[in-house]
Amino acid sequence: MPGQTLFQKLWDAHVVHVEADGTTLLYIDRHLVHEVTSPQAFEGLKLAHRTPRRADAAIAVPDHNVPTTDRSRGIADPISRLQVETLDANCAEFGITEFRMDDIRQGIVHVIGPEEGLTLPGMTVVCGDSHTSTHGAFGALAFGIGTSEVEHVLATQCLWQKPSKTMLVKVEGTLGRGVTAKDIALAVIGEIGTAGGTGYALEFGGSAIRALSMEGRMTLCNMAIEAGARAGMVAVDQTTIDYVKGRPYAPRGESWDKAVAWWNTLHSDADARFDRVVELDAAKVEPQVTWGTSPEMVTTIGDRVPNPADAPSEVKRHDWTRALEYMGLTAGTPIAEILVDKVFIGSCTNSRIEDLREAASVAKGRKVASSVKLAMVVPGSGLVKRQAEAEGLDRIFVEAGFEWREPGCSMCLAMNADRLEPGERCASTSNRNFEGRQGQGGRTHLVSPAMAAAAACAGHFVDVRKLQGDAR
Amino acid sequence: MRKFTVLDGLVVPLDRANVDTDAIIPKQFLKSIKRAGFGPNLFDEWRYLDHGEPGMDPATRKPNPEFVLNFPRYAGASVLLARDNFGCGSSREHAPWALEDYGIRAIIAPSFADIFYNNCFKNGILPIVVDAAVVDRLFRDCEANAGYRLSIDLERQTVTTPGGEVLVFDVDGGRKHRLLHGLDDIGLTLLQADKIKTYEERRRQEAPWLFSGSQQ
Repeated sequence: MPGQTLFQKLWDAHVVHVEADGTTLLYIDRHLVHEVTSPQAFEGLKLAHRTPRRADAAIAVPDHNVPTTDRSRGIADPISRLQVETLDANCAEFGITEFRMDDIRQGIVHVIGPEEGLTLPGMTVVCGDSHTSTHGAFGALAFGIGTSEVEHVLATQCLWQKPSKTMLVKVEGTLGRGVTAKDIALAVIGEIGTAGGTGYALEFGGSAIRALSMEGRMTLCNMAIEAGARAGMVAVDQTTIDYVKGRPYAPRGESWDKAVAWWNTLHSDADARFDRVVELDAAKVEPQVTWGTSPEMVTTIGDRVPNPADAPSEVKRHDWTRALEYMGLTAGTPIAEILVDKVFIGSCTNSRIEDLREAASVAKGRKVASSVKLAMVVPGSGLVKRQAEAEGLDRIFVEAGFEWREPGCSMCLAMNADRLEPGERCASTSNRNFEGRQGQGGRTHLVSPAMAAAAACAGHFVDVRKLQGDAR
Repeated sequence: MRKFTVLDGLVVPLDRANVDTDAIIPKQFLKSIKRAGFGPNLFDEWRYLDHGEPGMDPATRKPNPEFVLNFPRYAGASVLLARDNFGCGSSREHAPWALEDYGIRAIIAPSFADIFYNNCFKNGILPIVVDAAVVDRLFRDCEANAGYRLSIDLERQTVTTPGGEVLVFDVDGGRKHRLLHGLDDIGLTLLQADKIKTYEERRRQEAPWLFSGSQQ
């Protein structure tokens, strides 16, 4: 009998009951809650006169609607304000811990979970948000759910699931200078497509993944959903355990030792079989830039906007044509000649301390180009912001002409006041370049934090490796 | 939840791959704390020429005459014909809520995004996976014939074309059962309450840190 994959180990540890057809009632250890996808779940609970089975397993934070500017006057938009107040009221009523908007621990739900030690190896983690895949970086089984399932988890602490197929994305070798986890993620999506991971749980492995920090692993797992996979994961190793140790909600003492003993088993066995294996050579990954309206419409900084005539199928040719029209791009244009109007550094993909350090190292001693209307940095949490300020990163950004903001989802999906105007073009460290994602008519190009900072300073996309080579 | 048994419905073809949930229901409408009323804003950015915000009266909006849902021949459609990876992107259940509120009861596509597919079943919508070449043909037939309808029978797992061709589709047994009877998942799960309790008791011994619930 072959060994087990990490996915199988995590699955087996959470089985409550199996139906004859294999449908499984799976136990959920951690439930992260935010203001957008929870109000109707709490309403459903109340209408059925139910209460949360384990309020202690849930943690809530407002992130999508919160302003990233001065918060002393609250939220200006009354509809956004009502949604946040509804979360406050529901958490108070049901005894769920919430990091409110004025709490230093407030931030993007996928940043604060790991930061507080609320996300731990071996857990099942769910949230009414597709980027829950982020938490798989800790050797956890983490996936996004809809509001009906949010209500279901609140009421039962379980979910009905069928096992996913498994895919190993193996990245061997060493990443080049200026190439990051974000570039691996985009390169993988370019390779397998936005639906390539549908039905699969992805495991990222290989020497290049083991060399990544936890921040890098979170970026990678975060983007698993953009490849169609609900869950992405990385095996537990010393990097994982070192990150978790001492976090406020992490176990301590005897409990810690017991936990670590189990966590150290959370990797795929050497002889485990995957349903699909995709291999990537780390040394060949280059800085990536998306050119279209789906994350799979991606290429390298040295390349050109593709020609729809070269698309591999009729349906794709149609999609590429439409994407170029929406993006206001002409086939054959060098990526490095595309001008940007705005730059957004933030989101659950790239707003952690390492991301900000990476962007600041490019911004240091440079100025945002005069043609750029707005370049903003939105830290992932209050604690990330404080850490960055302690390191002086905020001053580097502000001196270069970036705006330094309060934490939240911000212009990743523009539910608050931060958005693109029609036709504006943005270099963004977020995860989705869909039509209208950052504001109706807005044009999004996904890049790494270093590439975003470089685009801000140049006014157009530029190979960050060239800037990093400069003696300033 | 509304049950789904049989449907004989007018078909509207949406000829785009990778239709994401941001397109199905744009973010500004996600600020609602209600479950109903999203139908007028289904595909808002494609369907109207003016910018939509919550609270606008749909009667005052400017419909985009080039968007397929606005073609008079597709008024009242309840079957959506779509391309690969329909419903990709965010987990927002507002997407099926908007489709259901508009009147869509079944979606036929070569593939669906996982979370969206699952969310449909929670809201009385049947997503049907059909081979891409067959979907291609359905697009051609639908566009060529005004009033093109399909008959869907969930119990028999069939889609019948106006020409009498019968397409058989797969659906998970548990999901089928719940959709056929409009059953509430939570009620069914609570029948397993003893097993959940047993699991929790065992797990509390094995992994006590998962149950401490507060800062350590």
